[in-house]
Amino acid sequence: MVIFTPVLAEDDFKAAQKKFSDLIKEHGGVVTYANPWGLRSLAYPIQKKTTGLYVVLEFDAPTELIAKVELQLNRDENVMRHMVNKLDKHAVAYNLRKRNKNTAEVVAS
Amino acid sequence: MAKQNDIKYLTSTRVEKRAKKYCRFKKLGIKYVDYKDAEFLKKFVNDQGKMLPRRITGNSLKFQRKVAHAVKKARQMALLPYVTDLLK
Repeated sequence: MVIFTPVLAEDDFKAAQKKFSDLIKEHGGVVTYANPWGLRSLAYPIQKKTTGLYVVLEFDAPTELIAKVELQLNRDENVMRHMVNKLDKHAVAYNLRKRNKNTAEVVAS
Repeated sequence: MAKQNDIKYLTSTRVEKRAKKYCRFKKLGIKYVDYKDAEFLKKFVNDQGKMLPRRITGNSLKFQRKVAHAVKKARQMALLPYVTDLLK
């Protein structure tokens, strides 16, 4: 999960997302699911900003990749905050179920 | 001398019978606590954004721990506040 600065334009936001998903793909990772939440108000100000652009990426990656991705996340000025989590089997099942539910709703509506 | 059990009350003594607490994760079969779902996690914090104890939520130890981790993650990602007033 990554929070970008809210000052990014739509295209910049997409470019930033693409940058990181490409980075993962380049080094032998697989992005299973990308969910851009978009603009959201923060619970407390970060870097004097009260809103942020949220992106949630779910990916499979070898161990060495994580360090590389984190390095890039730390270097990027547009990234206000990020978090990389390891998902256990329940989490994967949960995400899969949630995803299927969302797509089913989209199809129905 | 009136014995202990001879004493009769005019109105029956009020003994509150509380509903038994249960672990909502075990009951509903939830196995993963999602840190991204801030609305759900708000059930486990008080108005100031502090975590509620197990004594009140009734969670089992296993899930209380998972909830604690999820709340802390959510706080890091600014989905939940660290300190506040009138959260709900």
